[in-house]
Amino acid sequence: MSLYASGSQTVGPYLHIGLTWLNTDRIAGPDVKGERVVIQGRVLDGEGVGVNDALVEIWQANAAGKYAHPEDHQKKALEKGFRGFGRVPTDAKGRFRFSTIKPGRVPGLEGKPQAPHLSVTVFMRGMLKQLSTRIYFPGEAANAQDPLLKLVPAARRATLVARRKAKGLLEWDVVLQGRNETVFFDF
Amino acid sequence: MSKVQGYRRFHPGTQPEYDFPFYASTALRHPTQPLVIVPQTLSEITGPVFGHGDVKPTDNDLTRQHKGAPIGERIIVSGRVLDENAKPMPHTLVEIWQANAAGRYPHKADRHNAPIDPNFSGAGRAITDAEGRYRFITIRPGEYPWRNHYNAWRPAHIHFSLFGQAFLTRMVTQMYFPGDPLLPYDPMYMSIPDEKARVRLVSQFDWEGAIPEQALAYRFDIVLRGREVTPMEDLLGE
Repeated sequence: MSLYASGSQTVGPYLHIGLTWLNTDRIAGPDVKGERVVIQGRVLDGEGVGVNDALVEIWQANAAGKYAHPEDHQKKALEKGFRGFGRVPTDAKGRFRFSTIKPGRVPGLEGKPQAPHLSVTVFMRGMLKQLSTRIYFPGEAANAQDPLLKLVPAARRATLVARRKAKGLLEWDVVLQGRNETVFFDF
Repeated sequence: MSKVQGYRRFHPGTQPEYDFPFYASTALRHPTQPLVIVPQTLSEITGPVFGHGDVKPTDNDLTRQHKGAPIGERIIVSGRVLDENAKPMPHTLVEIWQANAAGRYPHKADRHNAPIDPNFSGAGRAITDAEGRYRFITIRPGEYPWRNHYNAWRPAHIHFSLFGQAFLTRMVTQMYFPGDPLLPYDPMYMSIPDEKARVRLVSQFDWEGAIPEQALAYRFDIVLRGREVTPMEDLLGE
């Protein structure tokens, strides 16, 4: 049996009413192992103006490269209470910020490991369906071999790699249009 | 063995485009470069898992979140979360939000001069049962004006946010009401190209689900991306 899928619709301007209860800007609690990192950035529209009503959602593995999901069958340890999900709204200037741990490498195609990354989904008014992208880590040798990064035109790859701002602090922006437009994926 | 099944692409015509001029705000908020088509990996076919511990049993009754009863017509909205293969999505999180009976949201960005109802916040959530079923008790939301174009009004609607079993099945949609005369004028509704897919967003009047002398009922099934029929490659290389 085949069903028509529901069509995506925008979250609209009042998304906070329904979604704020699950806001999570600390993805990894104190008991979770791994290198601590704060990631901050802005969501910018086609005129370079910060989007003040966007929502960024993050999905990631733990430092061992294991997802808290029943279809991750890897024999790797998973901390109790680690969900790996983040939800952060942008503020009045389009800024967002969250803290987490750097994930380990997870299997990619043919079992070859992917470079450490966070999966990111972006929602906002003016967007009828979400955008999917990824955050990779700067100075990571594995980035050069990552199976998804390799499919991105070389000139645009930098939009997926966070910039080191200070020790433990990374910056990464979502640029919707124009020069440095973020690469968005179609999976 | 750890072969996993990836997800099919959506049937053409069921999803809106990012650039949709009828909805003016898409102009500065759509990507201008084509999306980069990439294969699914373990990162996409997994996703956050929520359980009954994440919601309170009363979170699905929007009429009992305050001291008094909200103004408006009490309704029951129920349905199932399924995938395109008609497989139920059990134990998955459903989040909703909506305007009050007068078409007003208690939100700083809403300047419509309709009254706020102190007894209605307009947010609810539920976890589907083993058969993918959910149920909310709420108030029928009002239509409201917006500034997309001259004399623009949103049809009555309830926002739905869903996760399914993977990060790539994440979906936010809206439920509409049968017979709403505003539907053909609405850019959101009309952004779904295929008429059959559009109609999927309109709930059905549910006479059997009504509670006599208490509440009318509407049924709304939500269909998320379905799995490929044949397993994709062994993601873990085992």
